Amino acid sequence: MIEVHELVKRYGGKTAVNGLTFTVQPGVVTGFLGPNGAGKSTTMRLIVGLDRPTAGRVSVNGRSYDQWAAPLAEVGVLLEAKAIHPGLSAYQYLHALAATHGIGTRRVHEVLDLTGLASVASKRAGGFSLGMGQRLGIAAALLADPQVLILDEPVNGLDIEGVRWVRHLLRDLAREGRTILVSSHLMSEMAQTADHLIVIGRGELIADTSVTEFIQRATVSNVRVRTPEAPRLRDLIAGPDVTVSSDEAGVLTVTGMASDQVGITAAGHGITLYELVPQASLEEAFLELTQDTVEYRAPDTSAELAGAGRNPA
Amino acid sequence: MSTTIVAETQSRTGRRVTVQPVTLRRVVRSEWIKLRSLRSTRITLLVSFVLMAGLGVLTAAVTASQWSRLPAASRASFDAVSTTLTGYQFAQLAVGVLGVVVISNEYSSGMIRATLAAVPRRLPVLWAKAGVFAIVTLVAMTAASLIAFAGGMAVLSSHHLQVSLTAPGAARAVLGAGLYLAVVGLLGVGLGALLRKTAGAIAAVVGLLLFLPLLSSLLGSWFKAHISPYLPSNAGAALLHVHQQAGSLSPWTGFAVMCGYAVAALAAAALVLRRRDA
Repeated sequence: MIEVHELVKRYGGKTAVNGLTFTVQPGVVTGFLGPNGAGKSTTMRLIVGLDRPTAGRVSVNGRSYDQWAAPLAEVGVLLEAKAIHPGLSAYQYLHALAATHGIGTRRVHEVLDLTGLASVASKRAGGFSLGMGQRLGIAAALLADPQVLILDEPVNGLDIEGVRWVRHLLRDLAREGRTILVSSHLMSEMAQTADHLIVIGRGELIADTSVTEFIQRATVSNVRVRTPEAPRLRDLIAGPDVTVSSDEAGVLTVTGMASDQVGITAAGHGITLYELVPQASLEEAFLELTQDTVEYRAPDTSAELAGAGRNPA
Repeated sequence: MSTTIVAETQSRTGRRVTVQPVTLRRVVRSEWIKLRSLRSTRITLLVSFVLMAGLGVLTAAVTASQWSRLPAASRASFDAVSTTLTGYQFAQLAVGVLGVVVISNEYSSGMIRATLAAVPRRLPVLWAKAGVFAIVTLVAMTAASLIAFAGGMAVLSSHHLQVSLTAPGAARAVLGAGLYLAVVGLLGVGLGALLRKTAGAIAAVVGLLLFLPLLSSLLGSWFKAHISPYLPSNAGAALLHVHQQAGSLSPWTGFAVMCGYAVAALAAAALVLRRRDA
């Protein structure tokens, strides 16, 4: 369990984390979501004491991280891939880390096997790809079989097989009752991995909710309908609370009416439907939630964001 | 491939991993693994060794070959022991730079975050790095110094200029070269931890050891008399001379002053390490 309380971190005049309070529960995968620059990495560094908080508290399993006699057995952390001296091999790196906690070389080989790095264990890390670097970072995080796992963007640079492997690993570890906090700036990735979501923007908490709830609450409920009798259906369902728009002939986008209701109405009037698709765009929901808090934004994306709903700040 | 990995993931939970508390002894072991694993470290240490052991013998050989042509004054002031130890002036650069790199490379690669996540109390990392490096340097450089002395004396014996290790001050000077270089290494580690950036810390080490003494001697007699003897390399060098030089500190006082610089650098590094974000 990770408890973050009123956490504040300023670098000079810039506030990276601004009064964050949340709890990461054991037994589930908690996704830590936010646009780039939202303060995810900073919060993770604060949890393991790499950065000193300006104000507030963080505890891991009830204690400040540096109060644990064997910290790696409490928290395994992956903060950035390839943060390793390029001249060290994967084995030497893990061996050196393991030595601080009296962990034997058998376990080092075990995590190398587990992360699929056994065949390159003696190669210099300088030649590693980003994906191999991620695997090595995950190996380091798993070294002391920790109760809490904190991974910052672990699937960056991984191939599809690797992404799937990380997903399985995190779910398995959560099922064993461990606490898993995994960050991403991609909502779609989180939807497939996480059970719970903590969404932040500009260092502040935006949402602390289950993935299901987040989707239900935030989803813009559009229904895409394809029918040869588009104009007729449109007249039948349009109303004060229901908007119907059409970008191409024979396709309607219905807002404000559930897909079931659209189907029933069509059937009642003998209208043939080729497609009836409720559109739950997680990515859009996420953008809508965080658009006011995006730190770095290219000019062309702001136009896109405006199209997604509200006006950008 | 994914299926085999997943299977291993599940079996992983059955095994117990033995984890022990972090202690200074374990952090020392960890730092020793890092130090001996890096090829760049081994090469730089070898370079220091060759400079320390080889240059003294070379200088002794050159002196011996020119002995008959040397002016009487030079012959009278000839210090056989110091001659065989001249390599320290060059070895100290390699050792000082390596001391910096031992810690600054953790910052440049980002590995410091893994290191400090494993040892969140932080200070044991600094003490372990400094201790391991100082001991390795002390052992290697003392051996090199003994080789330089033995080889140099063998060459000088052709002109009957040799001095035995049991002569007054000789053993102190020879072993002092190892001590001097170990302290240079500590100074490097301290400045590396304090400044974090490799280039800046190397500049600081070279500046302290070479540039400041030169500058001080150029600034006139007052500086030469009152400042020069207390500069780290001048103070420490007192230990390497059999006969106390004019205007220099006594051997052990000089060495103590030099140690003071290393202690100050390490203490400042410790303060900063505790407080700053990694």
